[in-house]
Amino acid sequence: MLQSIPLDWYLILSAVLFVIGVIGVITRRNAIIIFMSLELMLNAVNLTMVAFSAFLGDVAGQIFVFFVMAVAAAEAAVGLAIVLALFRKKQTVYVDEVNLMKW
Amino acid sequence: MNLDVILFALFAIGAVASAVFTITRRNPVAAAMSLIGHFFMLAGLYLTLHAQFVAVVQVLVYAGAIMVLVVFVIMLLNLGNEQQLTERISMRTTIGTLVAALFAMQVVTGLLARPTGVNTQHADAAMIGATAGIGNALFTTYIFPFEAVSILLLAALIGAVILAKRHLHEGI
Amino acid sequence: MNLSILITPVIQAAILVNVMLIGAAYMVLAERKVAAWIQNRIGPNRVGPWGLFQSFADVFKLYLKEDIVPAAADKTFHSMAPVISIAVAITAYAIIPWMDNVNIGGTTYTLSMAPNMDVALLVMLAMTSVGVYGIALAGWSSNNKYSLMGGLRSTAQMISYELSMGLSAVGVLMICGSLNLVDIIRYQTEHGWNVFYQPLAFVIFLVTALAETNRAPFDLPEAEPELVGGYHTEYASMKFGLLYLAEYANILASSAIMAVLFLGGWDLIPFVDEIALMGLAPDSLPAVLIGHAALAGKAALLVFVFIWIRWSLPRFRYDQLMNLGWKVLLPLSLANITITGIVLLLMK
Repeated sequence: MLQSIPLDWYLILSAVLFVIGVIGVITRRNAIIIFMSLELMLNAVNLTMVAFSAFLGDVAGQIFVFFVMAVAAAEAAVGLAIVLALFRKKQTVYVDEVNLMKW
Repeated sequence: MNLDVILFALFAIGAVASAVFTITRRNPVAAAMSLIGHFFMLAGLYLTLHAQFVAVVQVLVYAGAIMVLVVFVIMLLNLGNEQQLTERISMRTTIGTLVAALFAMQVVTGLLARPTGVNTQHADAAMIGATAGIGNALFTTYIFPFEAVSILLLAALIGAVILAKRHLHEGI
Repeated sequence: MNLSILITPVIQAAILVNVMLIGAAYMVLAERKVAAWIQNRIGPNRVGPWGLFQSFADVFKLYLKEDIVPAAADKTFHSMAPVISIAVAITAYAIIPWMDNVNIGGTTYTLSMAPNMDVALLVMLAMTSVGVYGIALAGWSSNNKYSLMGGLRSTAQMISYELSMGLSAVGVLMICGSLNLVDIIRYQTEHGWNVFYQPLAFVIFLVTALAETNRAPFDLPEAEPELVGGYHTEYASMKFGLLYLAEYANILASSAIMAVLFLGGWDLIPFVDEIALMGLAPDSLPAVLIGHAALAGKAALLVFVFIWIRWSLPRFRYDQLMNLGWKVLLPLSLANITITGIVLLLMK
């Protein structure tokens, strides 16, 4: 069953999702929501790669998605540990209140 | 109208709507739940691309593991609604949003002006997306990155334990 | 518009969901009866013969109760949590191969929703791990410290035990070479049940299934003496009913999965091809019904084991739970994979 959706639609969709992620990273203050927006961006790229993989008949795209997921899992573990440590030190998760190193 | 188009439209609209919800909700739990919805929508999109293994792993890893951690941390810290900064509408935020929107417009108009011309999925798409296809490629051609990623995960595991541990030394 | 392909799955789903929910309702009755038997009581015996309609009476009672939502609760998530719980529990049923394809007069019928799904086992693991949101949200949205504690405990417990559960299933996958549950059953029909080759994995899977379904001795999320009722303290009426039903539906699903993965699924007697001995074609109605009865019987037996464990063992302490999960079950399941791999390599 080959499908009637062209590749471009998937690419446009993932561009839109990526931009939503970018806006989330820029506008939010809560570190955890920034982290979630990062995940949105990663997933938008994943969608592109799976789409290319399916349309061009190359498995590499899906393998790459697999690795991106592994990296995202590692990032989640470390990132959330940093947020926890931050909260313990400064009682905040808002990135603009963590400005000790800022000149 | 075709079932494919209906499914694509359903998942695409769902994905965009849940992504917008994620970045606009002030309550972190609401944002996390919409992100989980977003992951399910993406899994649906992967299924329309015949990538069943990636679709299931998406739900298993993102919705089932990463987001559980995020929700756990949100509940553990008992985060309330995010307070909006009223005194300044940041210049950075405005410019950033504008640049991002411009980037989106550029990509979309670029694709609309010069379509890739690839309109049907490859004949092998279903075979590639199955577990056997992924497994064969992963454990032969891509075995080195696979091992590298396992070391990365080990490092992340140790890093997370060190970072989240309470009294390692005083003052760290 | 080609919507006709949707009709069969919808009918199948309707049958399956109803049968499963009634099954879950009868599990509640079975639990009460077995508990009474273990404690030398009689148990429910007033509604219908031997109390057979007790569960329906309970459901009607829950329906008629007032639905109380705490004033400080997050209303949206408070009502969403039971729905997530029950939806995830029901989704898991779609992948269980309840019976083989049956050939009646040249047409093939089946009761399984997704009988030959390539990634069925992964879907099962995904659904178990997504099921935690129902409980976590129920705990968080109630705005009650006991509920929140229950939700947090449940989340931590499920993350910890999910790993060992997935890793213990890997041994089975290595032997059978497929994630497809029907293939796994066929392999066992031919070569004998996996429980004989993977006894350690079976024990680990059983223990982790107990933990994943929040059953005693791992029922810390709802530990009555410490947390009132845990995550469902602030629930009333049918919302409570749904949470309760989801718990039993999950037990039934994990029992069926264990029967499929380790106890041969449709196979009645291990190492014997009883269907061929009786002279039946594998896709004839009697043979398929025997297979279905075998699977249902094994699942029922495992459900009995779940109930038996609950009414025999005391609850773990929280640190004991975490130690068991991370320091015993996880290394054991990794060792199981290594040993299976070495043996498979030597036998090749």
